Amino acid sequence: MAIDLASFTPWSAAIGGALIGLAAAALVLLNGRVAGVSGIVGGMLKRPSADLGWRIAFVLGLIAAPATYALFAAIPAASIDAGYPLLVLAGLAVGVGTRFGAGCTSGHGVCGMSRLSPRSIVATMAFMLAGFATVFVTRHVAF
Amino acid sequence: MYAFAAFASGLVFGVGLIVSGMFNPAKVLGFLDLFGTWDPSLALVMAGAIAVGAPAFAVAARRPASFLQTPVLLPMARSVDRRLVLGSLLFGVGWGLAGFCPGPALVALGAGYAKAAVFTVSMVAGMLVFELVERAGTRAGGGAESAAGSP
Repeated sequence: MAIDLASFTPWSAAIGGALIGLAAAALVLLNGRVAGVSGIVGGMLKRPSADLGWRIAFVLGLIAAPATYALFAAIPAASIDAGYPLLVLAGLAVGVGTRFGAGCTSGHGVCGMSRLSPRSIVATMAFMLAGFATVFVTRHVAF
Repeated sequence: MYAFAAFASGLVFGVGLIVSGMFNPAKVLGFLDLFGTWDPSLALVMAGAIAVGAPAFAVAARRPASFLQTPVLLPMARSVDRRLVLGSLLFGVGWGLAGFCPGPALVALGAGYAKAAVFTVSMVAGMLVFELVERAGTRAGGGAESAAGSP
């Protein structure tokens, strides 16, 4: 293991993280809801549907973020190396996994860890571990 | 007002994902590449988010209602079960394959990346699979575990 100092961006990471925390704080203090993106999106698929409005509003906020950011500064480019078949496979795994695991990076990793929820601590360790292992295999073992 | 607050939260959340670099899968994969040249940035994203989030959750948990006078709905589940661990492991595999998790995918979709759209559609399809399994389980009378839902 070597630290990639050229890519390491501690300040923007911490400030961006604080904004994410602020958003989660606002949602729980104002709406009384957890800012877990997989739970918010997955909850839209429940039948009979309930409390769709705030879920749609939150997702629209996420989608509107790049346009809002662009009003103040140029958006940094995202680089998506995965091809389409891999994106489909990854999307399915993330969709099924986050729902059975009851949360993702936001719901468990940010909100659950903020609450020191034992379930979220275990879940965060599990998805981090699986993420490390997957990248280890795809970058350093296979292909 | 309730919906507007949710919209504003989503917006700030999304801007945070852009500022932090997390909406960029290459950056996320740099963090997950623990055994290559490791970019620790994402750890600071989580630390920053938790530092701000933790006091707010502590306040919310003690309040009978939110500041908009709605119920505070925090997850009640306590048990660490197989479903939680296996689901999270599967999520981690998907995360490591493409570098996308749900929030950043939606932000990248908003930025107009076709690949983010393909990922998002597949993710929602995966969530639908979960819903169908849940409904089948409930119909069969075995829905005891179906209380999971949100995090």
